[in-house]
Amino acid sequence: MIQVENVSMHYHTRQGRRTVLDRINLTLHKGQNVGILGRNGAGKSTLVRLLAGAVQPTSGRIHRSMRVSWPLAFNVAFQQHLTGLDNLKFICRVYGVPHEPLIEFVEQFAELGIYFREPVAHYSSGMTTRLAFALSMAIEFDCFLIDEILVVGDKRFHKRCHEELFVKRKDRSFILVSHDPNIIRSLCQTACVLHEGRLHHFDSVSAAYEFYESAPVVPFRGGATP
Amino acid sequence: MSTDQVLTGQGSFLRSLAIQLRVIRALMMRELITRFGRENIGLLWLIGEPMTFTLAVSTLWKAAGMHHNSPIPIEAFAITGYSSVLMWRNTASRCNSALDQNRNLLFHRNVRIIDVFFTRILLEMAGATASFSLLALAFTGFGQIAPPQDLLKVVWGWFMLAWFGAGLGLTLGTATAYSELVDRFWHPISYVMFPLSGAAFMVDWLPDKVQDYVLLLPMVHGVEYMREGYFGNIVHTYHDLGYVACVNLVLTFTGLALMRGAARQMVQR
Repeated sequence: MIQVENVSMHYHTRQGRRTVLDRINLTLHKGQNVGILGRNGAGKSTLVRLLAGAVQPTSGRIHRSMRVSWPLAFNVAFQQHLTGLDNLKFICRVYGVPHEPLIEFVEQFAELGIYFREPVAHYSSGMTTRLAFALSMAIEFDCFLIDEILVVGDKRFHKRCHEELFVKRKDRSFILVSHDPNIIRSLCQTACVLHEGRLHHFDSVSAAYEFYESAPVVPFRGGATP
Repeated sequence: MSTDQVLTGQGSFLRSLAIQLRVIRALMMRELITRFGRENIGLLWLIGEPMTFTLAVSTLWKAAGMHHNSPIPIEAFAITGYSSVLMWRNTASRCNSALDQNRNLLFHRNVRIIDVFFTRILLEMAGATASFSLLALAFTGFGQIAPPQDLLKVVWGWFMLAWFGAGLGLTLGTATAYSELVDRFWHPISYVMFPLSGAAFMVDWLPDKVQDYVLLLPMVHGVEYMREGYFGNIVHTYHDLGYVACVNLVLTFTGLALMRGAARQMVQR
């Protein structure tokens, strides 16, 4: 279970203190999933980073009793000197799992061939993307945090990612943030809308969608994804 | 320890310690390959780099006839001096760029800012210490310089310099999360500090008035103490390790205090 209790996040800007997230509550049990809709700058990335535990909130608390992934996205900046294998070893060391059993899966999924053992500097952007996704799938989590995932890459790769994440791991939880209601509608059981710092809960995805569509557009407030 | 516990990141102090050690090890391996690659001697450049620097500077000083008025052999003088500069200055510099170069890793819950700093501090300390020891051993072996008079003093002085580098690194490195000015000013400051740091002179050679000012710099005390240990009574040294310890403590605590807010500052960028 992930339990978010009254979490607020303030940033200090030149114009003074700005509230990005305002007393947010969210509970997600093992096996459930939720889509979070929000426009650009609504605080989606901030929320994902808080859920991942990469940052601490200004106030409130987040309790995790299941294994929660790091924010999955394709724009991972790999260190250029490291090989694909080095990156796998690093992730495995950080998460405390042996890397040997995972080599085959990552090698196959990323389709890197001999380049798996070559520095990332020699990779094409497609290879980098495939490696990033393969590494995300190498460590088993109960809950995946997915940040605007389905917008990059070619069609065939999409299909394989989709298969790996939403079909093979359909028993897992996930939290998907996106500005695109169609993605959320096709993948999530429930949906919330992040609007002006508050998280609005809805009984159905279509109710969330209606709210999202009718909510007044606020001026662009935040930064892009990292 | 089960994988489950590791992945949820919950538990006792001992478990946290185990995670931290594992993360630091992972970061070290990563850092070594990133910095030195696998070409030629690879990871040994961690030691080779400072050794090359020290040797080059020693040669330069010898050619320039840096200190005709001292009984110490120039090689020993240069090795003790320049190694000390490398020790504190490289540690501080590496910490200065640590957050910027590792920001993507902070997405992993178990990778904390403090781990990134510990990794760099430990690597720099290891590299500089090995370089210094190897050079001293080699020159002693070839009969160029005499072995240290009081090894413990050398070690103690060296430790104080290492701690100074670590404290300075923590403070500067965390401060970079708050303002880019830190990095802008660090380069000119470190450049000016080198000639003032006691590496290229003994305090005894300076006029009395200048001595008071130079002794405000903590690293001068460390080098002086080390040289007292190395050369014994043939040199007259000035040092107050208590003063260095105070400065180091202040720097360490400032660094740790700044670290609390640094993660949040990083996200905002």
